[in-house]
Amino acid sequence: MTTLTTRIAFGALAGVWATGALTSTPAQAQWKPTRPVEFIIPAGTGGGADQMARTIQGIVSKHKLMNTPLVVINKAGGAGGEGFLDVKNSRNNPHKIIITLSNLFTTPLATGIPFNWKDLTPVAMLALDEFVLWVNAETPYKSVKDYIDAVKKVPPGQFKMGGTGSRQEDQIITVAIEKSAKVKFTYIPFRGGGEVAVQLVGNHVNSTVNNPIEGVAQWRGNKVRPLCVFDGKTLSYKETIVDKMSWSSIPTCMSQGLDMEYLMLRGIFMPPGAKPDQVNFYVELFKKVRETPEWKKFMTDGAFNQTFMSGAEYAKWVAKEEQRHRELMTEAGFLAKK
Amino acid sequence: MEEVANLMHGFATVLEPFNIGVMIVGILLGVIIGVLPGLGGANGVAILLPLTFSMSPTSAIIMLSCIYWGALFGGAITSVLFNIPGEPWSVATTFDGHPMAQNGRAGEALTAAFTSSFVGALFAVIVITLVAPLVARFALQFGAAEKFGVYFLAFCSFVGLSKEPPAKTVVSMMIGFALAAVGLDHMTGQLRLTFGFTELLAGFDFLIAVIGLFGIGEILLTMEEGLQFRGKRATINPRVVFQTWLELPRYWATSIRSCIIGCWMGITPAGATPASFMSYGIAKRMSPRGKNFGKGEIEGVVAPETAAHAAGTSALLPMLSLGVPGSPTAAVLLGGLLIWGLQPGPLLFVEQKEFVWGLIASMYLGNIVGLILVLTCVPLLAAMLRIPFPVIAPIILVLCAIGAYTVHNNPLDVVMIMVFGVLGYVLKKCDYPLAPLVLALVLGDKAEEAFRQALLGSQGSLAVFWSNGLVGSIMLLGLIALFWPIIQNSVARLRPRPAV
Repeated sequence: MTTLTTRIAFGALAGVWATGALTSTPAQAQWKPTRPVEFIIPAGTGGGADQMARTIQGIVSKHKLMNTPLVVINKAGGAGGEGFLDVKNSRNNPHKIIITLSNLFTTPLATGIPFNWKDLTPVAMLALDEFVLWVNAETPYKSVKDYIDAVKKVPPGQFKMGGTGSRQEDQIITVAIEKSAKVKFTYIPFRGGGEVAVQLVGNHVNSTVNNPIEGVAQWRGNKVRPLCVFDGKTLSYKETIVDKMSWSSIPTCMSQGLDMEYLMLRGIFMPPGAKPDQVNFYVELFKKVRETPEWKKFMTDGAFNQTFMSGAEYAKWVAKEEQRHRELMTEAGFLAKK
Repeated sequence: MEEVANLMHGFATVLEPFNIGVMIVGILLGVIIGVLPGLGGANGVAILLPLTFSMSPTSAIIMLSCIYWGALFGGAITSVLFNIPGEPWSVATTFDGHPMAQNGRAGEALTAAFTSSFVGALFAVIVITLVAPLVARFALQFGAAEKFGVYFLAFCSFVGLSKEPPAKTVVSMMIGFALAAVGLDHMTGQLRLTFGFTELLAGFDFLIAVIGLFGIGEILLTMEEGLQFRGKRATINPRVVFQTWLELPRYWATSIRSCIIGCWMGITPAGATPASFMSYGIAKRMSPRGKNFGKGEIEGVVAPETAAHAAGTSALLPMLSLGVPGSPTAAVLLGGLLIWGLQPGPLLFVEQKEFVWGLIASMYLGNIVGLILVLTCVPLLAAMLRIPFPVIAPIILVLCAIGAYTVHNNPLDVVMIMVFGVLGYVLKKCDYPLAPLVLALVLGDKAEEAFRQALLGSQGSLAVFWSNGLVGSIMLLGLIALFWPIIQNSVARLRPRPAV
C-alpha cells in the first residue's frame, strides 16, 4: 500500500516538479529516527558521491529536516565493498543509509565479494550523473571524428585514456568506445576524478570520460574541451561556461557515431529488512532535500540528470541496470574469475 | 605588487572580530583532533564541515583551515610524549622526539616541534603568496613517472641510514610492502592477499598499524622495563620555551633544507608523510650530529616537523589552483569549497580574490595564533609525564582503542592494534627498525600504482623513468641517496692518498 501511495505521490510530484511549485507533502511518515543516522559513502573523501552526501548532510542540518543528526562515514575499502557489506550486515537497522554509485554493480561483479544490490532495501534515486569525453584544449581535436581519426592513424594503444578505478564505469565506457569506433586505447586507472582531470591538463593522458563536476573547473579555465556527452539527449543546462559554450551545446556521443549511452546512479539504499514506513521517511526526506536552493545549485554545477524515482519503479530500474552492467562487463572480460 | 595589495585586503577580512574568534576555536578543536590518535585532520574537518555551512565561505574556510593547522600542531604532542603518532606525518617525529622525552627533555622536544612547524608553514605560505601561479604550472608536469620518482627518492633517502644492518631494514620494509598490498589492487580492480576474508577488503589501514606498532608496542616495552616512564624525572620549567629558542637557530641549514623538501612534496602533490620521512633521512645524512639521530637529537625533531608543515601548507595550493587535493584533509576542504559554491581551479584566483587572499591571510595569522596557543601549553604537557605509569597506561590504551575504532568504525580494528602491538614489540626486541615498515606501508601502494601507471603509459618500457629531465634527475638523486654510504666510503678511502 505504501508503495502505491509513494508511486501516486511521485506521479503528482513529477507533474509539478518543473515549476518548482511543490509545497505539500503526503503525511505518511509515522516512523522517525530516534538516534543519529549513519550515512555511508562507499567511496573516498572528495569524490563525486562524497560531495553529494556531504551536500545532503549540509542541507539536512541547515534546514533542520531531521530531528537527529546525519553522520557521514566513508567506507571506501575494496572499491566500496567495505561500505556495502557493512550495510548488508546491519539488518533491521533503520538508522543507516548508503549512497551508491555504479560500484553497486561493478564491485561485486569484478571482485566476487558476497554482495548484490538485492541484499539492500532500495529507497530512492536522487539523480543520474553524466559522462563527457574530454580532450586537452591545446589539441586540435574539435569533434569526436577528429579525435577518433587521430587515434586510428597511430599503432593501437598509443593513445592513453585516463579514468577513475579499474573495471569500473570509466573503463566500461572506454571499452564501449573502443568497440564502437574500432580503436584501441591504453586505459590508465587513477584514484579519483580530480587527479584524472589534472593528468589531462598536464598532457599525461590524451582523453578522459570524467563526470561534468570533475571536469567543469578545467573547462572554465579553458584547459580542456568536451567532445560529446554519453547521454541519449543533450543536457538541459544553458548557462554559458566558456566561449559561448554551455553544457547544452555538447553533442551526444550517439550523434557523433559513438554507440554508447551511460548514466551513473546516485541513489540511496537502506539495510535489509527495512519497514515500509521507515523507507517512506527517507523518501520524504530526500524529496524535501531536492526542494532546497542548495540542492538545485549543486545539480546545476554538476550538470546532473535530475531524474527522481522511488519504490517499485526504482527497484525495477536498478534491476535493469544490473543486468546491463553484467552484459557490458562480461563482454569486456571484467568479471571475477570463479 | 598586486599580490601584496590583495594580501593586505585579505588581512583586513581576517581581522574582523568574528573571524578571529572562528580562528581560535578552529585551532583549539584542531589540536584536540590531532592529539586523539585515529581522529586525524581529515576526519576532523569532515565531521565539522556541516557546522560551517551557515557561515560565509571566507569565515568557513578560515575555521576549517585552522582546524587543519591545529591538527598539524597536535599530532606532534602524543608522538613526543607517548610515542604514538596522532597523524601519519608525525611518525618521523617520534624517532627523536620520544627519546628526548624519555631523557627528561620533553619540553624542549615539544618547543622544537611546534616552532619548526611554524617555520615550515610560514615558509610555505610565503611561497604560496609569491609564486602561486608558477608553482601550479610546475605541479602539472608531474605525471605517473615523476610521481614514482618522488616516492623512489623517499624510499632511497631512507634506506641504509639506520644503524641496524641493511638486511634488517630491507626485511622490515618488505613486511611493510606486503601489508600495503593487501586489499583491492587499484590497477586491475581485483582483490589480492585477502584469502577470502571480506574483513581484509580494505587492507591494513596505516593508522591502525601505527597505533599498534608504536603506541601499544611502547607500552609493552615499558611494562617489561619495570612499569615506569623514564621521563618521570621531567621537571616543570616555564622557561624551557625560551631556552630552546636560543638553541634552535643553530639548525638553520636543516630548517631551510626541510622547508624546501616540504614545499616541493606538498605541491607535487606527494604529501606531508613522505616529506617528513625524506627530510629526516636527509638531515641524518647531512648533519654533523647524524650518528646521534634516534637517541634524542633535537635536530631529528626539527627536520620532520618543518617539512611536514611546509608540505601540509603548500598542499593547499594545488587544491586551490588545480582542484587536486595534496592531502586527505585538503580533499575534504575541496568538497567544502564546492558546497559553498566555489569552483576550485585555474579561475579561482581570478574570480574569488577575496576568498583566496582571505584564506592565505588566515594561514599567516592562524599559524601565529596556533604557535602561541600550543607553546603556552608546553610546560603543562611536559608535566603529563610525571603521572605514574600504572595510571597513564590504561588511559593511553583506551585512547588507542577509541582512536583505532574511529578510523573505520570497525571493532575488528581494536583487535588489530593489539596484534600490531605484539608485532611491534617482537620486532623491537629483535632490533628490526620499525620506520621502514611504516614508510613502506604508507607509500607502498601509492608507489606501486604510480609505477604501474607509468609502465602502462609507456607500454612496458622502463625508459619512461629517464624520459625527460625532470624525472631523470629525480631518479638520479634517488640512486645517489641509495648508494650514498658506498659513495661516502670510497670518497673517504680516496681522500687520504693525496695527503700522504
